[in-house]
Amino acid sequence: MNYHWDWGIFFKSTGVGSEIYLNWFVSGLGWTIAVALAGWAIALLLGSVLGVMRTLPGKLLPTIATTYVELFRNVPLLVQLFIWYFLVPDLLPTPLEMWFKQGISPAASAYLSVVVCLGLFTAARVCEQVRTGIQALPRGQNNAALAMGFSTAQTYRFVLLPQAFRIIIPPLTSEFLNIFKNSSVASLIGLMELLAQTKQTAEFSANIFEAFTLATLIYFVLNMSLMGFMAWVEKRVRIPGMMGGSK
Amino acid sequence: MSAMISINNVSKWYGDFQVLTDCTTGVKKGEVVVVCGPSGSGKSTLIKCVNALEPFQKGEIIVDGIAVGDPKTDLPKLRSRVGMVFQHFELFPHLSITENLAIAQVKVLGRSQDEAREKGLKLLDRVGLKAHAHKFPGQLSGGQQQRVAIARALAMDPIAMLFDEPTSALDPEMINEVLDVMTELAQEGMTMMCVTHEMGFARRVAHRVIFMDQGAIVEDCDKDAFFGDINARSERARQFLSKILQH
Repeated sequence: MNYHWDWGIFFKSTGVGSEIYLNWFVSGLGWTIAVALAGWAIALLLGSVLGVMRTLPGKLLPTIATTYVELFRNVPLLVQLFIWYFLVPDLLPTPLEMWFKQGISPAASAYLSVVVCLGLFTAARVCEQVRTGIQALPRGQNNAALAMGFSTAQTYRFVLLPQAFRIIIPPLTSEFLNIFKNSSVASLIGLMELLAQTKQTAEFSANIFEAFTLATLIYFVLNMSLMGFMAWVEKRVRIPGMMGGSK
Repeated sequence: MSAMISINNVSKWYGDFQVLTDCTTGVKKGEVVVVCGPSGSGKSTLIKCVNALEPFQKGEIIVDGIAVGDPKTDLPKLRSRVGMVFQHFELFPHLSITENLAIAQVKVLGRSQDEAREKGLKLLDRVGLKAHAHKFPGQLSGGQQQRVAIARALAMDPIAMLFDEPTSALDPEMINEVLDVMTELAQEGMTMMCVTHEMGFARRVAHRVIFMDQGAIVEDCDKDAFFGDINARSERARQFLSKILQH
């Protein structure tokens, strides 16, 4: 392969303003984190509510949650993103549609779409984990809580969820990492997150190998740090005398 | 003596399968009633119907004048007044012993943290486990956990206590420490309904013994009659007793 490697490229001027290429990566990383964290907040909140709904007695609430999961889990993420970005705005009431299309910057409207999309998509997956976490608990825990006089809400709040969330930290970590990785779909609707900045660098500088190597490295280090963070969380909330906790 | 718990013609089905057939009995204030019978005879189901952990389709159960099956009954409030102890202890594993004792006092009865804590420690002392207050359930032996579970139920100042096979999951050497606590409780005049195979306990402590088989109450008589006049007992009860009393 006749390729001229140049690792110094990241410190060279982009020719756009006074920026060097590294600035683009930093800004891209910033957007990636902003998308993933906002999406995760939605996913965790909504996913927990849906997960609880799936374990409640009765028919209506579990059915609603199940339908949600099947809908969001069985349609490709990219299709969902295009629906949120291209179709949903047209269905909004006119003032809201105008606000979305003209009132805010293109970056802001892309950001909103991708955050909503990733949040709702990941919520379906978080829901399933919360559900399995609750169902993994002995039935007697629910009975014991009810027998003390707790309401259903209190039973979940004080007894079931604190245990269920501890159990599902490892699979939740996977989802947390997934949302960072999935955030790269935002590049397809023009949000200048990490992947988009990488492609732009490759096109501007023709140093495609360096650009993608750096992007790979950034994603890798980012996700390794998140894993480390979650392992720390898991250790912090470990119950003494239980589930591998210290005596 | 007035009836604290009265069970009138209670029947229950799981689908087509009848698990309780026309059960009628009661527990008077200050009375200790032992419910025994082979596994699958419905005794655990019956005791769980008393605080509505299990629904029943026919008949009525009245606890301290309140109809358990009435849809208008405030079940959490009723349950908070009836203590329950389970076969598998069901302490909340993510909470320390102190928190296990305090949480329902605070969240259900509205007591202050300090008051709940103090009451919890007093009861913990009573069951001989004050030194373990800071520990977590997973760090205690089965017998210790069950004593904590009894203390936790007592912390709610219950009008009656339900025991659902409290010693069945214990190592033989730990059974007595739990039975001792229960005996003491009975001697203080607590109203108790105990599902148990501990015939020694029944002989020493119970006022009445109920024998169940295949979902029906076969015997319901005075302790002395149950153990003393074996020939007056039903064939099924005699068989059961002959097997269980050999130990």
